[in-house]
Amino acid sequence: MSDFLQLVVSGTAVGAIYALAALGFTLLWQASGTINFAQGEFVMVPAFITLLCLGWGMPLPLAFAVTCLVAMALLGVAFKNAVVDPLRRHGVIPLVIATLGLSIGLKNLVKAGYSAGPQPFPNVFPDTLLTLGPLRVSAYDLGALLLAGVIVFGVQAFLNRTVTGRAMQAVAQNTEAATVLGINVKRMVLYVFLINALLASVTALLVTPTYLAKFDMGDAIGVKAFYAAIIGGFNQTRGALLGGVLVGVLENLTGAYVSPAYKEGVALMLFLVVILFKPEGLLGKAEERKV
Amino acid sequence: MRKVEVTIVGAALIAIALAPLGLKNYGIYLLTLWCVYVMAGMGLNLTVGYAGQMSIGHAAFVGIGAYTAAILMKLGWSFWLVLPAAALLCFAVGLVLGFPALRVQHHYLAFATLGFNVLMFLFFRNEEWLTGGTFGISGIPRPPLFDRSGAYFYFTYGSTLVLALALAWIIRSPWGRAFAALRDNPIRAESLGVNIMAYTLLAFAIGAAFAGIAGAYFASLVEFIEPAPFSLTSSLMMLLMVIVGGSGRFFGPMLGAAIVVLLPEWLRVMKDWYLVMFGLAVVALMIWLPGGLLSIPERLRRA
Repeated sequence: MSDFLQLVVSGTAVGAIYALAALGFTLLWQASGTINFAQGEFVMVPAFITLLCLGWGMPLPLAFAVTCLVAMALLGVAFKNAVVDPLRRHGVIPLVIATLGLSIGLKNLVKAGYSAGPQPFPNVFPDTLLTLGPLRVSAYDLGALLLAGVIVFGVQAFLNRTVTGRAMQAVAQNTEAATVLGINVKRMVLYVFLINALLASVTALLVTPTYLAKFDMGDAIGVKAFYAAIIGGFNQTRGALLGGVLVGVLENLTGAYVSPAYKEGVALMLFLVVILFKPEGLLGKAEERKV
Repeated sequence: MRKVEVTIVGAALIAIALAPLGLKNYGIYLLTLWCVYVMAGMGLNLTVGYAGQMSIGHAAFVGIGAYTAAILMKLGWSFWLVLPAAALLCFAVGLVLGFPALRVQHHYLAFATLGFNVLMFLFFRNEEWLTGGTFGISGIPRPPLFDRSGAYFYFTYGSTLVLALALAWIIRSPWGRAFAALRDNPIRAESLGVNIMAYTLLAFAIGAAFAGIAGAYFASLVEFIEPAPFSLTSSLMMLLMVIVGGSGRFFGPMLGAAIVVLLPEWLRVMKDWYLVMFGLAVVALMIWLPGGLLSIPERLRRA
């Protein structure tokens, strides 16, 4: 039983990290109709920016701050202006294909330009084991869970409680109506891209010590971010958290009790079951269609 | 088709048929590989270009076809029995996978196929009793009479042409027109009595069957299979192949397959940088030419 609880706790920690990437993915979809198939690479790139900064002798906090800034410039502003904006008039599929191309490009850029092998990455939290009653939890898992939780709820509070956040939601729900109401739509969409870049940077900081920094580390993370987002409900911010945690916990349990070889397949199965019975996601609302 | 197009296609068909005369073994191998990619690409084009659904797991179907062929032929089945078996199995798996994903439109098929590819890759790699795991399956026979590389090329080339005619027939049939109607405006098509779910599912499953056939030819061509060629990356390449050539255009996959087979050979000196350029070129292509390379003539005519 305590094994089971332990697996649930560490799964929740991993799931909370998935939720961060999933949250950025959901926000991007809501505000700009962008399905970002390079989301995994958006996590991988900040990890390597941090490594570069550390290599130049910066301490970790400074390196992370620089990473956030560079990520906002490259994965936020440049991505929006150079890739998303010119493509939106062509519809969804060309944009999806472009993000797929971007994913291949970024992956191989890191592979060819930095290294093809896995790189160690410093821990933000100590790796010591804490004993909480019957449970032995690593301080790292606990720290990651807390930080990820605070960020997800923070983003949600920002979206629901602040004027800017509500304006962003208005843009996501109905761009034209938002324009009529005097909301600066372009600026709100830009904010979403910046938030996504920040969320990806934090995800990188938390996930890389376990995954190791590798050019293809984004494959697994990106896929799980999609699934977490859809399982929870593509049009719900809270859904990302629920979906992420569900995937993280079930993966851990499958790895321990069924077969570690098929751990990576858990998210897919969960996704297929959810869309079979509740296609709008566990917390989502059904969307109407227009001709 | 207009006269110019007929001439170009005819000349290309003859040129490809004559090409092996001037090529060494490796060249013939590449040409045969191109045929295999064209078979798979035509199936994917049906799903993506004609039915308007994103599929990012086509290599998994090619893999299912290849492993089915390899395993059955090692058991002594003839190629002529193996081929329909591979196609039917992929068709059936396509139906099962497509059903939940296509009940809800959107981009769910993209996510479902993506995960399916990851899962199949794990299956190929882990189920050693069946697939040989990372060691793969070696010594896969070719059909008798077509054993030599030249003969095997003509065999594959002929089969590709037969499949192309089948695809042309599907697209021109009332079915095919319903696919196109769905892609262009699903809700309008539905109000005209087209069952969206049934038709997109059918298009997806037929596309998967094409991939299964391509897989069987692939297994016999390389005579040794392992999980690597059926990874998610290969699926992305196949999708990009269709899009870069021109999705929803009959000859799009032919051009796209030529690029995917030949470019890595020419750009070998660039090593990993080649894929960096390729990825960025795809982004640029989508921005300036979302219709793919085959839309260039139309662009020029309009300009």
